[in-house]
Amino acid sequence: MLANQWMGKEDLEVNEVPDPRILNDRDAIVRITSTAICGSDLHLYDGYIPTMRKGDILGHEFMGEVVEVGKGVGNLRAGDRVVVPFTISCGACLSCSRELFSLCENSNPNHRIAEKVMGHSPAGLFGYSHMMGGYPGGQAQYARVPFADVGPIKIEDGLPDEQVLFLSDIFPTGYMGAEMCDIQPGDVVAVWGAGPVGQFAIASAKMLGAERVIAIDRFGYRLDKARQAGATDVLDYEEVTVLEALQELTAGRGPDACIDAVGMEAHSAIGPLHAYDRAKQATRLETERPHALREAIMACRNGGTVSIIGVYGGLMDKFPIGSLMNRSLTVRTGQTHMQRYMRPLLDRIRNGDIDPSFVVSHTMPLTEAPEGFRMFRDKQDECNKIVLKP
Amino acid sequence: MTSTASPGLRRTARLLGLASTGLGVAMLRDPEGVARVAGVDDSDTAVPVITVVGARELVHAAGLLAGRPGWAWTRVAGDAMDLIAMGRALADRRGDRYRRLRTATVAVGVLALVDLGTALRSSRSRDEGPATDLPPTAPWKRAIAVSAATTVNKPPAEVYRYWRNLENLPTFMAHVREIRTPDGGRRSHWVAEAPGRRTVEWDAEVVEDRPDRLIRWRSTGDADIENTGSVEFVAAPGGRGTEVRVHLAYAQPAGRLGKVVATLFGEDPGQQVRDDLSRFKQVLETGQVVRSEGSPEGPFARRLLTQRPAHPRP
Ligand SMILES: NC(=O)c1ccc[n+]([C@@H]2O[C@H](COP(=O)([O-])OP(=O)(O)OC[C@H]3O[C@@H](n4cnc5c(N)ncnc54)[C@H](O)[C@@H]3O)[C@@H](O)[C@H]2O)c1
Ligand SMILES: [Zn+2]
Ligand SMILES: [Zn+2]
Repeated sequence: MLANQWMGKEDLEVNEVPDPRILNDRDAIVRITSTAICGSDLHLYDGYIPTMRKGDILGHEFMGEVVEVGKGVGNLRAGDRVVVPFTISCGACLSCSRELFSLCENSNPNHRIAEKVMGHSPAGLFGYSHMMGGYPGGQAQYARVPFADVGPIKIEDGLPDEQVLFLSDIFPTGYMGAEMCDIQPGDVVAVWGAGPVGQFAIASAKMLGAERVIAIDRFGYRLDKARQAGATDVLDYEEVTVLEALQELTAGRGPDACIDAVGMEAHSAIGPLHAYDRAKQATRLETERPHALREAIMACRNGGTVSIIGVYGGLMDKFPIGSLMNRSLTVRTGQTHMQRYMRPLLDRIRNGDIDPSFVVSHTMPLTEAPEGFRMFRDKQDECNKIVLKP
Repeated sequence: MTSTASPGLRRTARLLGLASTGLGVAMLRDPEGVARVAGVDDSDTAVPVITVVGARELVHAAGLLAGRPGWAWTRVAGDAMDLIAMGRALADRRGDRYRRLRTATVAVGVLALVDLGTALRSSRSRDEGPATDLPPTAPWKRAIAVSAATTVNKPPAEVYRYWRNLENLPTFMAHVREIRTPDGGRRSHWVAEAPGRRTVEWDAEVVEDRPDRLIRWRSTGDADIENTGSVEFVAAPGGRGTEVRVHLAYAQPAGRLGKVVATLFGEDPGQQVRDDLSRFKQVLETGQVVRSEGSPEGPFARRLLTQRPAHPRP
């Protein structure tokens, strides 16, 4: 089969590799019909997530048709159309039984590496480094799906791929980001990052009843998408000082909840600060470039909530812990507990509450994945979200 | 966890650690006072030197308080430096300052002897292998003793039952190829893999069996590797499943077989037991050992260093 392989930093190749085989009774093999490039993939592409190996297959947002199931998979059959969540979860451990699926205690065979870096290990993820399990990803023609009786969700009506594909990650992620804000009537929610994840966080915050949703980014076309998703206000952080603008918009209170949908590769309009973090990141003195998170903390109203869905990998400098502590802020975060959200969000798509395909800006063949990564990373050609067809 | 020091030795190490903390804090907080007591308050370099020595004491303290008697060697080195410096200083002091400095030097000398004793004992105890965690059924002088624990999201009875059927153990013990239980479970025959495509075998018997609580076993007769072990099952609080704690000890024979035992358990025998327990948890909770293309054997310490790329193999 063809697969998009990581060959090194900023170096991808689509190559012929062996087809996946069933390794366990609870596996299924899926022939992939659509797969997407995610902001999380960019952290791998740019070399910021450790424990990648040359030849690793990327991709964690995919769907397709079941072609084979192991003996232990009772709920799926060859021919079923499924969307696969990016987290791998056993469904039986204590974390899974508490619906903390991205913390599955059994799905990461390399949990020792993750424990060294983070103390305890989260769940295994598709195509996301060896620290997260060493699983091949879904930017390929086929994928092996472990615990196929727990993860994939069947799509039984004729909804097109583009409408359901994002149930594999970014729609549930944006939704969880908004849900963690515990939105109350009258709440103002600010969202840093108007990428696809931020756009779904905005749409979800509206669905969950936010009074106003403020989007922050520097790309006009993404801020337009944010408006389309439901943002009531948009801020271009190269045009305005974000903290001042938020004070102004909320008459001095600050947003009730702040969502970081940017993560470890944030950009800063303040040159020297950006240079400082970039230099430390390059020399591995810190692994994050947390401009958006710092700003989100400072902006949040007293007693408010900071919801972090942008991905971080390791250590950060100049973390405003004083602001967090003295102002009684609540921090909520996590890789998305996917299986908790897929069914209810599929229902919302079916009901017509939302059509997730609004994020798609480009569709291209899998063979053009390396070019797609470059475009998406550099935000060329108004690139918002790329769907690859294997 | 691999244990190498006796509780008594660890206690002395902690006491030394406390002494280091006291000295270090005093030196950093009030170097002038310390200089006065030691009779060196007439020197301009005394305060900076005492401050540096104080910081050093805190480093000793960190290691010793963690219960690592080996860190006493760092104190021995420090003592030597201090005694040399104090001896030099003694040469140009007279009268009351001389007496105060002499008292301080003697005190440091006494502490130095305790440090040296602890350090020497820590080195010896490392050579002789563990003195704690060795079950009473282990009569050997040289042994590898390891323990590990995990929590399994199943009730104790079920977890006990799976382990008690000893023939199940090879599904999660990486090095055990086969266990046969001819008489229904009290006696068993174990076949384990050793480096170089060799196998080692032994008979074992269950010496204590408390249903849903504990199993203790030991090798019998002329075992290739004498060993003993126990596994304990305790209900975790608040319905969190079962806490499983394993203690194992292997006699480490002299000569060639001793080398086999050493390589069989690698540099970190505790790691292997922890991996076995990860797989045990997976098998009980999910019915299988979890495999990825990068780690096809599942949790496996050696594979962590030689990950295969994450793509399928033919
Ligand atoms: N928690 C999860 O489970 C999960 C799942 C998927 C993605 N993510 C993460 O979400 C983040 C966003 O993903 P995406 O696909 O939307 O990526 P993306 O790269 O398309 O979007 C990031 C956006 O942030 C903007 N940005 C950069 N610096 C900023 C700053 N200082 N202030 C405001 N905006 C800034 C960029 O201009 C860009 O539009 C990534 O970190 C990704 O890893 C997390
Ligand atoms: Zn993603
Ligand atoms: Zn689980």
